[in-house]
Amino acid sequence: MATFFGEVVVAPSRAGVDDEEWAEEAREETPEDREIRRELEKKREIDVLWTVKSGASTESTAGEPFACSKFIVAIGHNAAAFLSSFILDSVCWEVVGVVKLWNEWCRTSNTTTVLPTDSFCLFYRLISDPTVLLCQCSCYVAEDQQFQWLEKVFGCMRKEGLQVTILSTCPVADYKTQESTLTLPSPFLKALKTKEFKEPVCCPLLEQPNIVRDLPAA
Amino acid sequence: MFVPCGRGGGSAGSDFKGFTLLMPAVSVGNVGQLAIDLVISTLDMTKVGYFYTDCLVPMVGNNPYATAEENSMELSINAEVYSLPSKKLVVLQIRSPFIKNKYRPFCQTLLSWVKSSKCARIVLLSSSHAYQRDDEQLLGTPLRYLLTPDLEKAIGGLMQELSWKEMEKIAAYPGINDTEKVLHIPGGGITKLLFTESCSKGIQMAVLLKFCSEGDNIPDAFALVNYLNEWLQLIKSEVNTSSQWKIPSSWRLLFGNGLPPALF
Repeated sequence: MATFFGEVVVAPSRAGVDDEEWAEEAREETPEDREIRRELEKKREIDVLWTVKSGASTESTAGEPFACSKFIVAIGHNAAAFLSSFILDSVCWEVVGVVKLWNEWCRTSNTTTVLPTDSFCLFYRLISDPTVLLCQCSCYVAEDQQFQWLEKVFGCMRKEGLQVTILSTCPVADYKTQESTLTLPSPFLKALKTKEFKEPVCCPLLEQPNIVRDLPAA
Repeated sequence: MFVPCGRGGGSAGSDFKGFTLLMPAVSVGNVGQLAIDLVISTLDMTKVGYFYTDCLVPMVGNNPYATAEENSMELSINAEVYSLPSKKLVVLQIRSPFIKNKYRPFCQTLLSWVKSSKCARIVLLSSSHAYQRDDEQLLGTPLRYLLTPDLEKAIGGLMQELSWKEMEKIAAYPGINDTEKVLHIPGGGITKLLFTESCSKGIQMAVLLKFCSEGDNIPDAFALVNYLNEWLQLIKSEVNTSSQWKIPSSWRLLFGNGLPPALF
């Protein structure tokens, strides 16, 4: 790490825990701290809103889990744009839900009419087969919200016979390979699959030691 | 939290009564985690389950211990459990950092799982910042141990025989009052929390740690795993034990890709 002479830099530790953070946690929480933490947690809560046929938004908690045979999730701007360009259209697909969330990087709203440059997370259903669901998630879902997103979204659907496909992109520079990534023909596809997935995969599997993280991993 | 699965799964795979739970703390240099990788890889341990938890950053990849095409396609996630019944050993590997404010809930859930699965004891592999050593600690071995009172009663004598060094406590208020001593493990992640919680819950726990710095921590991992082996005798200790630990295939390319030929 380049620094100028005399600059003292505290190197971040892979322990992932700042010693000051520990001291903070060790102190007893005052009622004010608790209140602040609760408010922050509430602000970072994710709401999954499903639209019923009439077009009005309702809380998902009231509903029964619905049947779903195929769930395609596109995470990130590139994947979301891919779906917009090649799959989605207003004839075959209808908007059925939206995720409302806030974090330091982005905020989504519960409106279902969005611009491509907005941050949004929308659910679409194939009109000819309502068990086929699609999700376009172009907003960043923070670390502490990923598990919540997962539980709330998948909590709404019945999982028997469900096939999930996750589309995502990663920078080529992050790809670990024997050769340099400079000469690698890009873009290229790699896949990860569970052992329950029996169909042929359309591209090679992701080699060790590469990994996937964040929402696609969750 | 614990979800049994895989080839070794089922009720047999998740019966850990009397087993030793070996696990890492996510700590400086990731030494504990690297050491655990060596144990799992060398002993060819079977995956018996994973932790379904919201406390760790999600990650997924293909089998990090793959040795051939056939076994390279199994998915692997951030907290997985492996077992070797012949040595009454169950190993937890943690592969990603903790999410902010989630260390305490994780420790609590982990310790209650340990109690409910009736593990006999926990061995925690960890590390601490080398630059925070005092003058005395700079000399001699960089390896230390800690035992909870319950384990001290059981095997305290063995540590004397092995000539192991106990982790020193430091003054709570250095320079002001040197009599009050506290345990301080800078860079140790959840080590201190797990240790103090285990002490108060009467759990038999040993912490094995090495002083180190960030960098190429592979030698540190070997040192720590050999230290562990002096006690648990997981592999036969011959003169050159380092060569008997099998490096997993996922340790390839730890320091980046190959160089672009255009550079030269």
